[in-house]
Amino acid sequence: MENQIAAVQMRNITKTFGSVIANDKVWLDIYNGEILALLGENGSGKTTLMNMLSGIYFPDEGQIFINGKEALIRSPKDAFQYGIGMIHQHFKLVDVLTAAENIVLGLKEKGRLNIDEVARKIKSICDAYGFDVDPYQKVYNMSVSQKQTVEIVKVLYRGADILILDEPTAVLTPQETEKLFAVLRNMRDAGKAIVIITHKMHEVEALSDRVAILRHGRFMGDMLTKNTNAQEMTNMMVGHPVTLNIDRPDPVNPKPRIEVRGLTVRDIEGIVKLDDVSFTINSGEILGVAGISGSGQKELLEAIAGLQPAESGSIAYIQDDGTREELLGKEPVSISEMGVSLSFVPEDRLGMGLVGSMDLTDNMMLRSFRSGKSLFTNRKNPRKLAEQVVRDLDVNTPGVSTPVRRLSGGNVQKVLVGREIAAAPTVLLTAYAVRGLDINSSYTIYDLINKQKKSGVAVVYVGEDLDVLLELCDRILVLCGGKVSGIVDGRTAEKNKVGMMMTRLGGDTNA
Amino acid sequence: MHNQKGMPLFHITKRKALPWYGAWLIRGAAILMALVVCAVVTTALTGENPIEIYKTIWKGAFGTQRKIWILGQNIAILLCVSLAVTPAFKMHFWNVGGEGQILIGGLATAACMILLGDKLPNWLLILTMVAASCLAGAIWGAIPAFFKAKWNTNETLFTLMMNYVATQLVAFFVILWEVPKGAGKIGIINQSTEAGWLPVIGGYKYLLNILVVAVITILMHFYLSRSKHGYEIAVVGESERTARYIGIKVEKVIIRTMILSGAICGIAGLLLVGGTDHTITTTISGGRGFTAVMVSWLAKFNPLIMVFTSFLLVFLSRGASEISTSFGLNHSFGDILTGIILFFIIGSEFFISYKLSIRKSGKKEA
Repeated sequence: MENQIAAVQMRNITKTFGSVIANDKVWLDIYNGEILALLGENGSGKTTLMNMLSGIYFPDEGQIFINGKEALIRSPKDAFQYGIGMIHQHFKLVDVLTAAENIVLGLKEKGRLNIDEVARKIKSICDAYGFDVDPYQKVYNMSVSQKQTVEIVKVLYRGADILILDEPTAVLTPQETEKLFAVLRNMRDAGKAIVIITHKMHEVEALSDRVAILRHGRFMGDMLTKNTNAQEMTNMMVGHPVTLNIDRPDPVNPKPRIEVRGLTVRDIEGIVKLDDVSFTINSGEILGVAGISGSGQKELLEAIAGLQPAESGSIAYIQDDGTREELLGKEPVSISEMGVSLSFVPEDRLGMGLVGSMDLTDNMMLRSFRSGKSLFTNRKNPRKLAEQVVRDLDVNTPGVSTPVRRLSGGNVQKVLVGREIAAAPTVLLTAYAVRGLDINSSYTIYDLINKQKKSGVAVVYVGEDLDVLLELCDRILVLCGGKVSGIVDGRTAEKNKVGMMMTRLGGDTNA
Repeated sequence: MHNQKGMPLFHITKRKALPWYGAWLIRGAAILMALVVCAVVTTALTGENPIEIYKTIWKGAFGTQRKIWILGQNIAILLCVSLAVTPAFKMHFWNVGGEGQILIGGLATAACMILLGDKLPNWLLILTMVAASCLAGAIWGAIPAFFKAKWNTNETLFTLMMNYVATQLVAFFVILWEVPKGAGKIGIINQSTEAGWLPVIGGYKYLLNILVVAVITILMHFYLSRSKHGYEIAVVGESERTARYIGIKVEKVIIRTMILSGAICGIAGLLLVGGTDHTITTTISGGRGFTAVMVSWLAKFNPLIMVFTSFLLVFLSRGASEISTSFGLNHSFGDILTGIILFFIIGSEFFISYKLSIRKSGKKEA
């Protein structure tokens, strides 16, 4: 590979946003016939760097060479002319159009549009790499992974030889991920250059040929994947050695805290989201919830938190002295007035857990502003709490008067978790607590959750990464299509078995 | 070396927070540029000396003591309506029904004056007028709020349509109460007894209105920035889901806020009918329900800054009407100048949030 001309050479690329240096004199080579994994923590400048390649940003300084010739990429259109295509985290498709229509959208080809001709061309691309796309299917009928496939085909249709994928597996199930990887390998073997941006170490090891690592906007080095390991890559990303093992202390005096019986929930359209779900949450224990996304996890947590009306069933809260209180049918305010201290870290941090335009102090106040008889708000205690959270959880922010929207994903999550824990809850519900977080922040969150467990809090951890669930949780509730597929012991369960249970009730292989 | 030709000429980046004086510097520069453009347009279109035109604008607003009082009165009423719609806007409830809420408040005031003018002692009559105008405005605000809260109807269309209902109601009662019969208007109400006329402080006709609005401004400032209600309004406006998540009853907040919004518009109607005009017409609000939208937005929903933005708009419109009379120009010409100035002021907000970085030519090699 050394004597081959790189498909892309980025030289001395610098990009600043105001006073923030997103990329600082980055050198990066991308080769044909190779899958390059671009690694780095949140805010290390991976996406910014790739956005300059795909024409969304223009570098402040530095040069880009495509196949040895200097290239000026001023717009995504320019990028396509150089054969560069990027698949973003958020898909840019028109729902009411078909796959084929989306793929040719915006292309200015001569002559009349012949959609059957387009479909034939799409078919040949699909056959070449092992995609499965129906050109005539409307986008709104597609699953997330099908939409992603359309995005990839769209880029290939435009003749891209250099493909950039920004965290492509974040929304996929393990099976879909495998399918995607197979396709990417086919494309590599056909001589395309592929860059994937990701956080997940085992994916880097499974898929990539070479890794390049960014830290704080600087290029830290690259190496062949086969010559390195997860530990070394992580250390380079973070800048100091980190342990990759998740702590799992023994449950502390577990006692039933919440009993869910026969819970059935329908959404507004009348579709059953939870079907006769029964289980128990114990104090001093972490109950993991596994399942393909949309299997009822959100409805389950929101029903417990008093945000989701249920059709039938019961959710009983059991006090220390054994008295039982029904939570179902109560609003969040009346639940807390009953003396049940329930904290909830929702999946949608800025759309539900926090108010993005408000500063840290005002966001701390969300939970406490009602207390007291005064007509006016008291910002003194919330400010103290904000300062304490910033200090204790090491939140990277200019100050407590900064709008939380300006913080990076990991810091936003620390603020949210910090506030929810500060209420000294007896039950802590978390939904995808580490989604989009880098390694350092993820481990901070695991630590915080473990601390809560050790102090006797009943923790529910809804997660998507099976490896983490199996390392962190004491028991794992597996949901499949709104039904309980089974409850397994986190210490003894096998990943394959849990994966099966996610797709089939009880995980029967011969069903 | 880089080939400079192919580089983009400039690019737009979002600014980090600008210090407050930086923002005002940009706004000041925008007004200066607006004046220059206005001068060019004036000379080109009318041949008049722009300096004279500006002098006349100034004279139109501040020329005589009477003009200053009228300026103050107009600012007060416009500010009052702007303060009224602001809590709704902060809640992201687009209340464009200020017009109707003023009218209905004014109608309630006029009804009290006409029907109860000779039945109640004056102090009780005025109290009744205050209560009636607030209540009428509140009802006019609460109806669209209720439908929004219950069935998520579109508040912009709903409040807009309520304006027409209010206008038609006023038109109906004007005919019903017209004096003399067949005049098609009500004329001055209780001209001989002055029953229900709001008291004149120290011989200054407009002083009461100005004082009332000053008090409302300060109250509104603290209501929005310091009270629990104000905080709830901000949370609901930013994200209804967050509001529900922390247990705020969103429906209650929407209705409560629109009752407040409508009631203050009602007070604006009271001040117009009971305080200054002593009559009611369908055009008594003079479009302030809409102008207030601009005042509120320009001030970024800050009640204290609204004092300045309402001053600016009233100043411009008073000046515009003055130049149309002294130079014998069409009234539209004043509006053209107002338009140019507003264009620059609103445009300057872009440069406060974003900056243009122009690539220096002949830059050192990268």
